[in-house]
This record gives sequence, C-alpha cells and structure tokens, in this order.
Amino acid sequence: MFLTIRSRLFAVGILLALSIWALIPTNVTQRVRDPATGRMKDTTVRRVPINLGLDLQGGIHLALEVDQSKGPVPDCADAIQRAARVVRTRIDEFGTTEPVVQIQGRCRLIVELAGEKDPARAKGIIQRTAFLEFRITDMQNKFRDALPEIDKALRLAGVKTAGQGAAAASVTQLFGADTTKAKAKTPKGKPAPKDTSEANAPGALSSLLFQGQLPGEYLVPEENVPVAESLLARQEVQRLVPRGIELKWGTEVLSRAGRSYRTFYAVEDRPIITGEELQDAKALRDPLTNQSVVTFTLSRRGGRIFERETGRHVNDYMAIILDGRVVGQPPVIKSQIGQRGQIELGAKPLQDAQDLALVLKAGALPAPLTIIEERTIGPSLGQDSIKDGIRAGVVGVALVILIMVGYYRVSGMLAVAALGLYVVFTLAGLAGLGFTLTLPGLAGLVLSVGIAVDANVLIFERIREELQHDKLVRTAVDEGFKHAMSAIIDSNVSTALTAFILYLVGTGPVQGFAITLIIGIAASMITAIFVVRTFYMLWLDRRPDMVTLSV
Amino acid sequence: MIRLFATADYDFIKWRRWAYGLTAAIIIPGFSLFLVRGLNYSIEFTGGTLIQVQTAQPVGAERIRGALDAAGIRDAEIQQFGGPNDYVIRARIGTAGTTAEGTTEATAAAVDSALARSLGPPPAAFTIVRTEAVGPKVGRELQGKAFLAIFFSFIVTLVYLAFRFEWRFGLAAVLATFHDILTTIAFIRYLDLEVSLVVVGAVLTMVGYSLNDTIIIFDRVRENLRKFRRQNLYEILNLSINETLPRSVLTHGTTMATTIALVFLAGEVLRPFALVMTFAIFTGTFSSIYIAAPLLMYIEKRWPGEDARGARMFRRAAADAPASPPASPPPAGGAGGSGGAGGARSKAAV
Repeated sequence: MFLTIRSRLFAVGILLALSIWALIPTNVTQRVRDPATGRMKDTTVRRVPINLGLDLQGGIHLALEVDQSKGPVPDCADAIQRAARVVRTRIDEFGTTEPVVQIQGRCRLIVELAGEKDPARAKGIIQRTAFLEFRITDMQNKFRDALPEIDKALRLAGVKTAGQGAAAASVTQLFGADTTKAKAKTPKGKPAPKDTSEANAPGALSSLLFQGQLPGEYLVPEENVPVAESLLARQEVQRLVPRGIELKWGTEVLSRAGRSYRTFYAVEDRPIITGEELQDAKALRDPLTNQSVVTFTLSRRGGRIFERETGRHVNDYMAIILDGRVVGQPPVIKSQIGQRGQIELGAKPLQDAQDLALVLKAGALPAPLTIIEERTIGPSLGQDSIKDGIRAGVVGVALVILIMVGYYRVSGMLAVAALGLYVVFTLAGLAGLGFTLTLPGLAGLVLSVGIAVDANVLIFERIREELQHDKLVRTAVDEGFKHAMSAIIDSNVSTALTAFILYLVGTGPVQGFAITLIIGIAASMITAIFVVRTFYMLWLDRRPDMVTLSV
Repeated sequence: MIRLFATADYDFIKWRRWAYGLTAAIIIPGFSLFLVRGLNYSIEFTGGTLIQVQTAQPVGAERIRGALDAAGIRDAEIQQFGGPNDYVIRARIGTAGTTAEGTTEATAAAVDSALARSLGPPPAAFTIVRTEAVGPKVGRELQGKAFLAIFFSFIVTLVYLAFRFEWRFGLAAVLATFHDILTTIAFIRYLDLEVSLVVVGAVLTMVGYSLNDTIIIFDRVRENLRKFRRQNLYEILNLSINETLPRSVLTHGTTMATTIALVFLAGEVLRPFALVMTFAIFTGTFSSIYIAAPLLMYIEKRWPGEDARGARMFRRAAADAPASPPASPPPAGGAGGSGGAGGARSKAAV
C-alpha cells in the first residue's frame, strides 16, 4: 500500500507490458481443409491470440456418452478418460483450430469443433472404434532403398522438386551420429546401404525427408508436410513402396535448431500385436533408476503371441500405432517380452508416461460412444452476434464514460483511463490463459465493465464523504480508499466465489461467462484499487497545494 | 459538481411492509403460474429438434405452420427470429427414450420437404440455416446442475459472510438473494422468456450481483454499528442505506445502462439474457434495501447478538420514541441519520 509512486508506476507499466505482449498478434499455424483438393494443409495466420468460441465462429458441438445400452460399464469415469484421449488424437488428424474435448460429469464427453462445417465427417471420425497396434519399424531400411526409384517415378510423372534444392541428395543425414548409434544396436539392420552422393538429381520426395534417429524414422520439416502428404498419396509412390512396408505419420513434432519437424515412419505392414490383447497399462516412476516407465499387461493369448514376436525382434524398434498414427517415439525391444512388459521413457517426465499409458489403454476402448447431442451452428449467426455484441459493448462503454466523467469530472476521467487499462488486462487475461471467448463471455465482459465502475464509484463516494467532513484533500483521498476497501473486497470476493461455482458446476457457455467474470473481477480490483490510486498520487504530487478535488 | 442524494435521509425501513406487499404481488401470481405451466425451456432443456429457416420473402409464421401441419408435423412451435425472413421451428421429439440422431435428421428432412412443397425449391425460396438435435437427458442434468450451483453458492456465501461479518448478516443476505431468484422466475414467467443455458447463467449472475449489492450496504452497517453505539439497528440500517444511496444510484445507473444497451443492441440471441440481467439489477437493488435490511432486523430480534441492539426497537427513535417497546433503554438523542455527524461517542470495537 505504501509503495512509492515510482515503484507503483513501474508495476503498472509491467502489467501493461505483459498484457500487450499477450495480445500481440502472433503467427498461428492452423490445419485447414483445402477447398480445392479436400486435403488438410497448414496455413499460418497472423491474428490476436484470443480464441473465438463455437458460437462466434460457427462449427459443431457434440456430446458423447459411454454406451451402456448393452450392459452397464463398471468404471465409467475411467472409460471416458480413455475415450477423451482417443478423440483428442483423432481431432488432431481432423485439423480443427482449438478443439474442445472436455469430460463432463462422470460419463460424458463434450467435443466442440469451432469452424468445422461437416457434421457427418466429424461424427464418423469420432465414433470410429480406436485401433491400437504394435508394429516393428523398417529395420532393413527397405523404404529408404526404394526412394531413388520413387523419385525417378515422380520425375517421370512430371513432379518438380518442391523441397529445398540445397539438399540435392537422397535422404539427408540430419543426425548422422545418432543413426549410427542406433544401427550399432541393431545387428539385423543392414550396414548403412546408400551413400548420399549416389542420387544424381534432387529427388522430389527424398529431398523432403531427413533420416531420424532410428531405422525407419524420418523427419519432415513442418512446412513441407502438406507437400509430402500429397506426394505420398500419389499412385506411382504407393505402387513403389516396398512389399511388407507401410508408411505412417507420427504424432510427435520435434524441434531441432529452431525448426520443427513432423515424424514419419516406415513400418512393417503386419502388426505383432493389437490393442485387443492389451488389458491394462500404468505409468510409474522406477524408484531405482528414477526413470519414467509404462508397464502393460496383455491377455494370456496376447502374451504368447507377444513372447514369440518379441523373441524374434530383440533390438528392433516397435512403433505404437493408434488409429494409423505413430504415437511417441518407437521404443527398442530389449529382450523377449511375455504377458507383462514395460516401456522405458528415460528421463522424460511422468506426465509423458501417463499420456502413453492412456493411449495404450485407449486402444482397448471398453465401450463404444454414442452421440447424445449434436448441434451445427452456422457461422453467419456468429458473425451477426459478434457484430451486435461489439456494437452493444461500444454503446455500453460510451454510456459508462459519459456518466462517470459527467458526474465525477477529473476523477471520472481517471476512472475512465483505468477502465481502458481494465479492458486491456481482461482481454490479455483471456488470451494469456488460453480461454475461449464465447457470446455469453462477451456479455459477461460488457457486464463486468459495469461492475468495474462500481469499485470506482465506491471509492469516489467515500472521498466525497470525507471531503464533506472538511478533511484535507490528501487525507480525504487516503481515507476514501481505506474505507472503501472492505466493501470492494467483500462484494467482489463473494461475486467471484459465485462465478467460480458457476465455472465448476456449469457447462461450456456458462463457464465462458464465469471465466470472463472472474478475470474481469480480478482486473477491476487491480485497476480500481491500485491503478486509480497511483493516478491520484501522481496528481496530488504535481499539485501539493490542491484545495478542492475534482471528484 | 453534480451530487445526487448527498444529504438523503429517507426512512426506507418504514416502507418495508409496502415492499413486502409489492414483492408478494409479483412473486405469488408469477410463481403460481410457474408451478402450473412451468417455464418456456429452450431446446437444450426439452430435447427435440430445432430448425432455423431463412426465407427469401417474409412469408409469415402462419404460412410455415400451415405447411408443417399439412405435412403432419404437428405441435411445432414457429417463432420469428430476428428479421422478418428468419424463423425458428421447434419440433419436440415425443418419447424421451429415443436417441436424437435418427429422429432429428428425419424431422429436419420432413420440415425441408414440407417447406419445399409450400414455398418452392430450397435454395431459391428458403434455406435451412441450422439444425440442432438435443436429447432431453442433457436438459434434466443441466437443470439439476443449475440448482446445485445456486445451492453451493449459497453455502459458500453463508460461510464467507459468517467469516467476514457474522452469520446473521449471511442469513439475511442469502434469504434476500433467494427472494431475488423467486422474483426473477416470476419475471421470466410473465414475459414468457425462453430459458436457455445463457439465461440460467444470467440468473446465476443475478445471484452474484444481488449479493454484491447487499454486501455493500451491510459493509456500511457493520461500520456504523461500530461507530454509533447508542443508535438502534433500525436507525443504523436507515443511515447505512442513505449513506450508500449515491453509490447505489451511480452504480446501478451505469450497470443498467450497459444491460439496456444489450437489450436493444445485442440482438435476438442475447435479448432474453439482457432482459433478465436488467431485471436482476432492479430486483437486486430492491431486495438489498427492502428485504435484506429488514430481515437482518428480524433475525437480530429473534436471535439477538451480543449487544442485542436489534431487539430493542423497530421504529425510528427520534420520530416514534413513545411507541417503542418497553424493553428499550432511553432512545439515543435525535441523531437523525445522515452525514454521520452525531452520536459518535464510543469508539470501542465490536
């Protein structure tokens, strides 16, 4: 409370700088569907990082529930957590910006896809049964050996090299040392077969790929992913992929030397085991080595199959594939594994292990999901609403400014200046904490402007009362703030508590409202109590002899 | 300098019985109507199919109804939605057990073909803007959740106010807020507003707002109880309400300005929300003065606190001194209320 003006201004400055930093438009990479080809592609948009909700942007809202019609599901909460994991993975494939996958209550899942317009496709992807499989990666580098052929075929088909021309070779060894190390551990893998200089011209496909850390792993720079995807989908490429090998994209995005790469794997087409045989998976931390570990248990039958297969593939890498996408980095098979096994994640945090355990369990989804609610919201409706909401907000704020300045004069102007900061803080809070702005949220924002004014009104009225008692200006200001404090805190805290309960108990739109209200209350306390006080201090400091205060 | 109600000295508490009468006149018919006919729940609560149609010409709801009746889609609600060309058709699915999916698509298709027969082929004459399917199960759960949220917020408020003030204040504040819920339900019933999730949010915000306002006045009561040891609760309450009156007028004026801006400008989707919020400000202010404050007096009389000041008298000391109950000590001099100029003799804290 008794900070100097300088340190107060400094604090306000830092808050403002942080807020502006949170609101600076950033490059956001979005995966959108190309209307021409129907494929997913990445586009980079520069925009203010505030997420618009489903209602403002249009899209699809789905509520899913564990289907209990064919008998009750014993552990509903666990089942829905697994389902959320699967659905999240699938929606990544879907490419919606800011998808909401939210567990509601015990047995319900809310999926919101803002900006998506095709409900049939969304439902298809979400309701498909999850499929988990373990496959050995391309240990003999068959795919890499086939790359020159593929490049040639592509050249014949008239495909120009799209990747960076500098890498005029076949697969570039991005992490040479790592690959050799990986190979040293895999006696079965052929010794590094191709020299990079062999290829005579830049290959259309191979110039996009970088060798990863283990056989069969490739890295594709993020910006080249769409090109690589379209090349791989071509018939001449599909025809030339070696027998017994399939190509799968990974879920991991790695960043090396300031660039990000998507992982891409060549794996055997035959799974050594599928999720049907998986019974349980748990994440834990090995107390001896302090490593994160995922232990899993297979069925009796699965254990026998796994024992046989892993016996044949010791020192090979095993890709964990969920719904056709390789999850995480394939672990190496250290020795023969039976019914129980464990995956070591090394120094990675336990959270990663828990995620992997969830993925493993999700593959064996215990119950299908049924859609109980589906809503498609036309974006035009959102457009109108956002326009109306902004118009109402502008008019509302204008009225507030008019009343405040008209009634409290200079002090009112201080309050209005603080109100401007309040709006910046609130928006920054929404952007910084990654909350989504919804239509009720917009209303909550407009309303909380009114509530923010209340704190100022309380303070100003107190100052007026103190002045009425013939106190000196400086004393009146101090006393006014001091006495208004308890009312401001008690009323705001109780409103915030109510909003917090709304957030806990409510659903989507109500939560959006509660969030803007909570952030708004926090911002209003900061501006009314701290910022306006600082303004007053500055003002009184400039005019120490002030006799009448304009309030 | 504009100053509103700076020297206000109104006897608010005197009018409490009139206020009870007024509030009963609002609540009893409205609430009975609510008990008999329920509320106009949105599709989120009832379950069914909602189809929004945009027509090329303003055809009128009757024509759409005619088209649907001819096709056998009965009991559908047709409502103009925003402009003259926008309509919302609500067809409720009869049995609760059926899954929404198939029925929704069937209903949407039926509406589509019925309109095509009456108005002309789809893209030219009309377009279906959106189709929503909602299972009634969602509604029932949400209703439960809304009540749960209110219940929890009451408990949290009671605890918080018991901690910051005293349990008597908490009880009065919560009862006043409960009163606001009743009046708001009556209000929604009178205007036949559609109760959607957002309106439920508005009702819940009203709970927060009403509490907020009550606490501002109670905060002053707490302060004045410490300041003026010789005055009774009746006087203290009146004094506190009068002292906070400029603030109440200013704050409610500005907040109401924003919600009224929402009512007129924020469009059809937000209008029920904005109407409820505007009413919430009115009822929240009303109840803080005429319900919460007198209730605090009654509670204090029934379960007296340490200094038992509420039990002493129920009338303004200066005006009705002879009529005060025999148990009362000599009335504190004509302190009269405003400005807090008189009566500050003791400074012992409670």
